[in-house]
Amino acid sequence: MIETPGLMPTENIFPLFVEAMFTKNFLLIMFLGLCSYIGLTTNSETSKGMSMAVTFVMTVSAILTWPIYHYLLSPAGILGTDLTFLRTICFILIIASFVQLVEFIIRRFSPPLYKSLGIYLPLIATNCAVLGVVLLNIQEGYTYGASIIYAFAAGLGFAWVMLATAAVREKLIMRGVDLFSGFIGAFFAATMVALIIVSYFSVVKL
Amino acid sequence: MAKKSFVGEIIRGIIKDNPVFVLVLGLCPVLAVTTSFANALGMAMAFTFVLLGSNIFVSLLRKQIPPGVRIPIFILIICTFVTIVDMMLEAFLPPMYEALGIFVPLIVVNCIVIGRAEAFANRNPVLPSIADGIGISIGFAVALILIGSVREILGTGELNLVMLSVQDGVPGFYPILAEPLSFPIAPATVMVTPPGAFLTIAALMLLFKIMSDRKRMKQLRKEGYEI
Repeated sequence: MIETPGLMPTENIFPLFVEAMFTKNFLLIMFLGLCSYIGLTTNSETSKGMSMAVTFVMTVSAILTWPIYHYLLSPAGILGTDLTFLRTICFILIIASFVQLVEFIIRRFSPPLYKSLGIYLPLIATNCAVLGVVLLNIQEGYTYGASIIYAFAAGLGFAWVMLATAAVREKLIMRGVDLFSGFIGAFFAATMVALIIVSYFSVVKL
Repeated sequence: MAKKSFVGEIIRGIIKDNPVFVLVLGLCPVLAVTTSFANALGMAMAFTFVLLGSNIFVSLLRKQIPPGVRIPIFILIICTFVTIVDMMLEAFLPPMYEALGIFVPLIVVNCIVIGRAEAFANRNPVLPSIADGIGISIGFAVALILIGSVREILGTGELNLVMLSVQDGVPGFYPILAEPLSFPIAPATVMVTPPGAFLTIAALMLLFKIMSDRKRMKQLRKEGYEI
């Protein structure tokens, strides 16, 4: 018999938070959501908007998908049948319809916010970081509280790497180092930032 | 659009439209699972199955799909094939399923698959779509296996060539050679860690850029320009 994980977090929250933000950073260590990372980090304004939108969508997706998996699809849920093979299709539909809904709401009620955030929303529905975080929450068997914290921390990790890389690339492009405006430069910049995290956390153990 | 031959479509997918090195799409699995030759091969095979299935079905249904809701329908079609491949891997190749992890379900949101459905299969008949699927898949597989082999050779000093086969009734990825190929270099562990992935793809792309620039210079000189 499969047991449903509880609602309140029983995991140790601080290590979970640091893991999602640094040691298992979504962009640089787990390689999730790289398309937007390579494409948008030439400009720090766009990377700011994108990372805010991603953090928000990730957190809410975690809030929405956990109950649906554990109370509907899982054999321990109210239906009593094993529907876990439908998880991918369910999650992607939930994320896509949620993103669409948010886009409508923002466009209707807050045009300034729509201008700064709304244009990134359609990109997020097919961002692997968002689907990745909800799949990881299920795979690791986190409790409800821990899964929300994990998703939020992963979003923050996404954000700081986006901003750090955008800062490096933007400055180098402004100084006339043209290599960094292309894909190759983006990968070299990513190598540098990834090396920093990996070497720092191989010296300073958590 | 000019009619192209079946083979021409395949070759276009491998070289001119190479999804990884030219279009720079679908990068997540390219960097994440290429720690070794075996993982790269497994990912490439799962990807091929999904892309072929989605291209065939999108192209068969292209007259029925209403343009307004085409993207959700593409995602549903792709998701069906991803679920099939996910369940088959879990049942028949558990070690590969463990190694690829969440990157098999994440093929659903891979830009290449949705991109091909939108840009090609939705506008072309079945046969060219199959050719396009085969070409793009081979292009993707070549890139994955190239990066995987480079990282394995530089990171461990050995290259373990494997092939999908059945031994004693158990399917799996078994080595082709009795002993892995060994190379006389000191292994640099950084190459199998995440920064190594970024470094490998950056170096390979730089190499291809230099090669194509040289080719272009040669052609320009032949045409009489002085560079």
